[in-house]
Formats: sequence, structure tokens, C-alpha cells
Amino acid sequence: MFTDDAGKGGAAAGGPGNSAGSNRRTGGDLVQLITPAGERVSHPEFDLWVQDVSDEQLCSLYQDMVVIRRIDTEATALQRQGELALWPPLLGQEASQIGSARALRDDDFVFPSYRDNGVAYVRGVNLADIVKAWRGNALAGWDPYTVNVATQQIIIGSQTLHATGYAMGIQNDGADSVAVAYFGDGATSEGDVSEAMVFAASFQAPVVFFCQNNHWAISEPVMLQSHIQLADRAAGFGIPSMRVDGNDVLAVMAATRIAIDRARHGGGPTFIEAVTYRMGPHTTADDPTRYRDANELEDWAAKDPIARVKSLLERKGLLTGELEAAVAAKADAVAKELRAGTINMPEPQPLDIFKNVYSTPNSWLDRQQDHYSRYLASFGDPAEAASEEGAR
Amino acid sequence: MTQMTFARAINSGLRKSLENDPKVILMGEDIGALGGVFRVTDGLQKDFGKHRVVDTPLAESGIIGTAVGLAYRGYRPVVEIQFDGFIYPAFDQIVSQVAKMHYRTQGAVKMPITIRVPFGGGIGSPEHHSESPEAYFTHTSGLRVVSVSNPQDAYTMIQQAIASDDPVLYFEPKRRYHDKGEVDESQDLGTALPLDKARVVTEGKDVTLVAYGPLVKTARDAALAAADEGISIEVIDLRSLAPVDFATLEASVRKTGRLVITHEAGQSGGVGAELAASITERCFYHLEAAPVRVTGFDVPYPYSKLEMHHLPGLDRILDGVDRALGRPNSLSGLEG
Ligand SMILES: Cc1ncc(C[n+]2csc(CCOP(=O)(O)OP(=O)(O)O)c2C)c(N)n1
Repeated sequence: MFTDDAGKGGAAAGGPGNSAGSNRRTGGDLVQLITPAGERVSHPEFDLWVQDVSDEQLCSLYQDMVVIRRIDTEATALQRQGELALWPPLLGQEASQIGSARALRDDDFVFPSYRDNGVAYVRGVNLADIVKAWRGNALAGWDPYTVNVATQQIIIGSQTLHATGYAMGIQNDGADSVAVAYFGDGATSEGDVSEAMVFAASFQAPVVFFCQNNHWAISEPVMLQSHIQLADRAAGFGIPSMRVDGNDVLAVMAATRIAIDRARHGGGPTFIEAVTYRMGPHTTADDPTRYRDANELEDWAAKDPIARVKSLLERKGLLTGELEAAVAAKADAVAKELRAGTINMPEPQPLDIFKNVYSTPNSWLDRQQDHYSRYLASFGDPAEAASEEGAR
Repeated sequence: MTQMTFARAINSGLRKSLENDPKVILMGEDIGALGGVFRVTDGLQKDFGKHRVVDTPLAESGIIGTAVGLAYRGYRPVVEIQFDGFIYPAFDQIVSQVAKMHYRTQGAVKMPITIRVPFGGGIGSPEHHSESPEAYFTHTSGLRVVSVSNPQDAYTMIQQAIASDDPVLYFEPKRRYHDKGEVDESQDLGTALPLDKARVVTEGKDVTLVAYGPLVKTARDAALAAADEGISIEVIDLRSLAPVDFATLEASVRKTGRLVITHEAGQSGGVGAELAASITERCFYHLEAAPVRVTGFDVPYPYSKLEMHHLPGLDRILDGVDRALGRPNSLSGLEG
């Protein structure tokens, strides 16, 4: 088993300490520590933030990425088999999600979007809980406080405000944890995201805006959302930013550690643009051939985040048969657990529909529940009641 | 007459409006190359160009707010809100700006904006993709709110909405997009049933059953099933939720003496509440029983495994009809 504490405690683990307040790094250059060919290239500042990452931890990052790609494949298969209603693949975004999530401390709080299933996995969300909402068995799969991950947001951009408010709470409490908002390139067009940046900057809230620029918002290219690099937007709000190769797990980890460290030490918000690519469809209901060029996909396949770490491990002589076997075994086990958890998920009961609308009983709803249970009871066989009628 | 799906009928109506009036502009997320997530705008950008069929940034308040400016400038924007649950970021622009501009400027500035909203449930979607937000808008003066229930109306009413100088919220029942029907594309808008009129779908004498959008089909099916039991239901497709064509409803209720209203949205403060109160005021002495509402529950739209319980189906509607008729029903013996 690989242990990972590569992500625990950024600065303490050997980072260069206080970068808080460093405002100078704006968009422009794309920070890269591993080339698409798998070469480790050096960077004067970012290197300092990942110098503690041991060979073993590098293998662990590789394993995580393979596992979440496997979760994605398995969930897609489950969708095709009718076990899930829908699934939003993260194929291609593994390094962004693993590199960033592994840079967080357990008491940091994540506000993700629907696509951030890799982040949920790293934070320890149960596998079946990851797909519960996509199966239609709940609106959200987990209790946020058990894993310090808010439920996945579908309204584009809303969670950036929630993360900022949470961070303001952290600040009030005098704590040193950090809130992290995950969102896409399209989200940056929403008013909520601008307002979140206004609040975060005004209050110097300990929040990290982690934008995965995967180049597409359903069918809309990133150019439709912004004519400057997304990272450069932050400057207008007075928020320092970084633009990193989102397919490079080390670069992402370094950037996230810098941002987290700044937030922890009172330096306020940071905006990270992780430049990556959504290699699959938007969701299993989407048809990307209608709007995107096959060549573009090929170009990005050559920058695959997993392949490049694999090459790096190979160069370092770390890609042993033993490692490959261990990684494959882990991916198999996770896929199996995900499948079993999905298929054996308990079905919700009809009257569950009335649960948790309010935290205290409400007479209007009690009446509706009473009437509906009488209605169900009026059928001889309760299983037949309201069969599929409503959806017709 | 041509057989076409609901989605195709709207597409065809949009095409006609684009052809007939150069001031018509379509805007929305993903409506261009993709043709919208439901393909309702399929092919329109290809044929009319990127200036007439505009893929907008991902910003609903921005979409409606810029449509306001375009309308100021003499355009007739037709915007698509991708799903019902995404209209809320635009709510302020709709209720504070779109609805009030004409009033505010004493009629000087018109807001001929059509806001297309795929709405309602029954397709097993995730959260925010199955909502029925119509009552928020019927409560706001200055807006027209309509919902279509069949391809012919979809085709005609989209053109009437675009031609209207008032802002129109045009609610499309997404679970019916693939249903087919006859559409007469040569229909003259001038002779078609006006946008704000209700339509009697099936005549009957025992009960008036009012529905709109996705539930018109369910209501019609319920009427057929009831006929087998000797109950004669008059089904009315409300079509315009604001303003309401009370004349048609009153005439029906005076005849039948009983009213059942059905919609997917939750009950409290909903369209059904308004209809029940208004009809009671207008037809009190003709009513043989209190109006009955068969609606979604007052719960957030539930996860898809339970949505069939939330959505009024044929049996629940018939149970409501039994209540209106005083026949044995699931609430027999209970008061109210
Ligand atoms: C407020 C709102 N508007 C529209 C949508 C429909 N929608 C879902 S995902 C999406 C694209 C989002 O793109 P981006 O922010 O780049 O994230 P990605 O899906 O690429 O990860 C859209 C338009 C939504 N969920 N919420």
C-alpha cells in the first residue's frame, strides 16, 4: 500500500515558507514540472514546493490517477448498462484533481462541481456515495462534514461563493484551514464567480479558486467565455493567480500548495488556472463530435496526464512489474467495490419523498404525506401503487 | 400537414420567425453548433449565421440582461434557458427589468423578449433539471407566461410569443419533446387561436379538468379512462398561465359544476391555487364541490427514483376526479 502524506502540510513538508502576499505571478507562462514525454524539468520556484515528494509518493500519485480513471470507466459502463442515469466523465483531468486534492489537509474544506469525482475519491467519499445522485437514489450522496467536502454543485459557479463564505468563517474562527472551490472555465462567466472573487479579495478570505480549464463548457469553447487567459482575470479583483499545466500532477500540486500556504498564513485568496482538457463527452448524454475537432482530441491525448507520470516513473526506474500489478489490483478492487455498491444500493421508499424538507415537522407537508399514504394504501398491492404513472 | 416531433415543431416555428423578421435573434448556451442540449435549435445557426443564432457565455443573468438591451435597440430576442433550474440566476433581470420596463417607461420601451424554458420532470434527470418554476413568473405583473402541450401549438405559439410586444415566458414540456403530432406549417397566425386563450381538448359534462404543458396528455388519457367508467370529463388546456382565459374556464365550470386542476409544480401558492380561488369567486353558485388540486408535493423536486410519486399520474388525477364527484376515493371519510 502506498501511503500519501505528500499533500499534508505543504510548507512544513519543505516548502519555501512564506509566499503570502506574493502578487507578482499572474497568468502568462504555463508552469510545467513534467513534460508530456515524462521528463522532469526544473522550475526555480515551484520545485521547492514538491522537493519533498518521495519516489513512493510519486508512485502513489500515479496510482490515484489510474484509479480515478478506472472509476470513470466503470461509472460510464454502469451508465451504459442502465445502472446510472447519467455520468460526467473526468477523463483527462486526473492530474488536476489528484495533484490539487493531495495538497490539502484533512481539515481543509472542498466545494466541488459535479465533475470532481477524483477529488471526492481522494477525500475518502465512499465509492457508492459518489454515484448515488447519478443513480437517482438521492440528491446528494454524502454528509459533507464527514469528509469535509460539500455536495457536488450542479448550478454552475454557485459553490465559489459558498467556499468564500466558508473561508470567511474560518477567518472569524481564527483557524488556519482553507476552503477550496473547484469549477470549470465556463463557470468564470457566471456572476456568482465574479462576486465570489470580490468578497474573497475584500475580506482576504483563505480560499483557493481552483479552475480546471478543460477548454469546453459543453459545446462552448473557452474563447467564448474569455479573451484573456482565465488566470489573468483574477488580477482585476486583486487576487494573485497562477497558470499551470493541469495535466502535470506535480505542477498542480506545487501550485495548490503555494496557494494553500498563502491562505493559511493570512495571505488571502489565490486563483489557479489548471490548463487541462476534457477528453470525453461533457456527460454520457453529450455528443462532442457535433462541436469539436477530432484533431484537437489527438493533440491532447499526446499530453495525457497519466502517460506522462508513467514515463517519468519509467525513466526513474520505478515502473516495476510489482508496481504495475499493485496499481492494477487497486483499480480492480475499486471498480469492483463501486459496481457492487451501485447495484446493491438500497432503493428509496415512496414516503422518503417527504423527508428532510424541513428540520421540524410542518403541518402542510404532514397533511400531504398523510393523504399520499392513504392514496398508496388504496391500491391492493402497494408495489403497484403509482407504478410509473407519474412519469407518463 | 406534416408529422413532426414537438422539438422539431418549435424548431420550425423559430425558423419561420427568423425568416420573417430580421430583428429576431436567438441567444443561449450551446444553441449554435450543438443545436441546444435538446437540439431544439438544430441547424439554425448553420442557416442564419452566428449573428442571428448566438452562443452566449455561460451566464444566465447576462443572457437576459443583454436581451433587455437588444430589445431597447429594437430587436426581438428569443433566449433559451437551458433547463428550468438555471433560470434563477436570471430571475432579477426577468422580474425587475424585463417585466417592468414597459410600465416604468410609460409604454415607451417595449420588451418583446421570448424566454424559452424546457421545464418539468419525468426524464430521470439530476437535481435542478426537472423543476416547474412557472408560478414565480405568473406572480410578476408585466410578464406573459404560456406553456405548450402539443406540436401544433408549439409551432404556432412560439411565433405568437415572438411577435408579441410583451415579454413571454414560453415553457416547453421537456418530457414531450419527442412526442409526434400533426403540424400545419401553413397556419396563419392571424386566424390561429390567440396566445392568451385556453383550449377545450375534450368536451365533457361531469367534471372540468384543467391542465397545461406536460400534463395535458396525462389529463386526456385520464378522461379516456374515466369514459370507460361512464364519467365524462371536459379537459381544458390552459395554454396561457398569465393572463388566464377565465372566460373559457368559467363556461366549462358552469356546465360541469366541478373543477379539478393538475400541475407538476408544488401545490402551495401555485397556479392551481390561483385557479381554484378565482373560479370559486366567479362560479361559487355553480360549484357542486370544492375545487380539487392534484399537484406535485410541496417538496424540492425529488431524486429521480421517486419522481413518479411526485408527478401527478393518471391514477392520482382520477382519484382527484372521484373526490370532486364525491365518489369513493383515497380520502373518503376525511374532511377536506
Ligand atoms: C447556472 C447553470 N447554467 C447552465 C447549466 C448547464 N450546464 C451544465 S454543465 C455546463 C457547462 C459547464 O462548463 P464548465 O464550467 O467549463 O465546466 P465543465 O463542465 O467543463 O467541467 C452547463 C452550461 C448549469 N448546470 N447551471
